[in-house]
Amino acid sequence: MVSTLPNIDPDLIGILEQVSDPEIPVLSVLDLGVIREAVIRDEVVHIKLTPTYTGCPAMDTISVDLKQALQQNNFKSKIELVLSPAWTTDWLSPKGKAKLEAYGIAPPLGEELDKKALMDGERIVKCTHCQSTNTKVISAFGSTACKALFQCLDCLEPFDYFKCLK
Amino acid sequence: MDQNLYNYLLMLGDNSMILGHRLSELCGHGPSLETDIALTNISLDLFGQVRNIFQYAAKLNDQESSEDSIAFLRNERQHYNCILVEQPNTDFAHVILRQYLFDQFQLLQLNFLLQSKDEQLKAIAAKSIKETKYHIRFSSEWCKRLGQGTEISHNKITTALELLYPFCNEFFETTEVEKEMMERGIGPNLEELRVQYFDNVTTLLNEAGLSIPQTPFRVSGGKHGRHSEHLGYILAEFQYMQKTYPNMQW
Repeated sequence: MVSTLPNIDPDLIGILEQVSDPEIPVLSVLDLGVIREAVIRDEVVHIKLTPTYTGCPAMDTISVDLKQALQQNNFKSKIELVLSPAWTTDWLSPKGKAKLEAYGIAPPLGEELDKKALMDGERIVKCTHCQSTNTKVISAFGSTACKALFQCLDCLEPFDYFKCLK
Repeated sequence: MDQNLYNYLLMLGDNSMILGHRLSELCGHGPSLETDIALTNISLDLFGQVRNIFQYAAKLNDQESSEDSIAFLRNERQHYNCILVEQPNTDFAHVILRQYLFDQFQLLQLNFLLQSKDEQLKAIAAKSIKETKYHIRFSSEWCKRLGQGTEISHNKITTALELLYPFCNEFFETTEVEKEMMERGIGPNLEELRVQYFDNVTTLLNEAGLSIPQTPFRVSGGKHGRHSEHLGYILAEFQYMQKTYPNMQW
C-alpha cells in the first residue's frame, strides 16, 4: 500500500497555502492535494507535484507560482513532476471541498454515486445556487478537464460539478 | 539507449498525438457547444498523455531529444501511429466512430500496461486510463445514439463504419518492436487483445443497431512509418510554428 498522506514540512505550509490553482483560485495547492512532498534539504525546498489530469494546463502555471512564492521567502526550490500514485479526487481536502461548493462548483461525490449522476442521470448532485438535488447533467465534459456541466431543474441555473476521479 | 523501448514509446505516443490533433481541429467547430467542449477536452487529455510518454522517451535518449523535438521535428516516415487515427473529420459520425474504435483499443492496451514491467509506463497508464474511461463513455454513448437515432444519423454512421472499420486490424499486427516488448513483459500480447477488442466492438455495434461490414481489412503500415496521404497535411499544420521559428517557445 502506497502512503497517500503527503510529507509536507510544517514550516512550508504557510507559503504553500498562498499558491492557488489558477483555474479555481479559491483552492490552494494543499487543498487540491497535488503536493505529494515538500521538504527542505540542504537549504533547498524539494517539491513533488502530481498532475490532476495529464493535460491540465494549470500544472505549468502552478510550478512557476510555487517557485516564485518560495523565492519570495528566500528559498531555492526544485520541483519534480511525479505521476505515481495517480491523483484522485479523494485527495481534495474536506476544507477544499467546502471551498469549492461556496465558490459555485459542486464537489465530487463518491465513485458509485458519481457514476449514477453522470451515466444514469440520477438526480443527486446538489445545486450550488439553491441546494436542490433536482439537477441533471448537461455535458459530462465541462469548462475544464476536471468538471462536468449540470443544470438545476428547480432554479434553472447551470453550475459546474467537479468529477470524481479514482 | 534502449532503442526498441524508445520506438515503442513513439508508437504509443503518436496514436494519441495525431488523434489529439485531429480533435483539436474541431475546436470552435463542433456540432454543438457540449460536443465541441467534450471533443476538445478529449484532445487535451490525449496531449497530456503524449507529453508524459515523450518526456519519458526524451529521458531514455539521455536528453539528446526533448518532448518538443520528438513531437515537432520528425517527418511522416518517422511517425508510427496507426492509419485509423489520421483519417479526417469528415462529419460528426466519422469523428465519433473513429474515437470509439480507438478508445476501445486504448482501454485494453492501458489495462495491460497497468501491469507492465516498465515502472514509468505503468505509472503513465495508471494516470491515463482514468481519462480514457471517460472518453469511451462519451464515444460509445454517441455511437448508440447515432445508430439508433434518425434514418439520416443511422446512414451517416453506417458510411463511417464502412470506411473506418477496415483500419482496425492494424492495431493488432505485431511489429518486431512490439514482439520484443511483449517478451519483456512491457507491452501486451496483441493477439490476445484482438479477440477481446472485436468482441467488445461487435457487442457495442449490435447495441447501436449497426452490422459489422464485410469489407476486407485495409492496407496497413502505419506502425512501420507508411501512412495515408492525410498525415503529411496534418504535420504541415502541426509542425508549422517550430519549422518557421525553430526553437520557439510559448
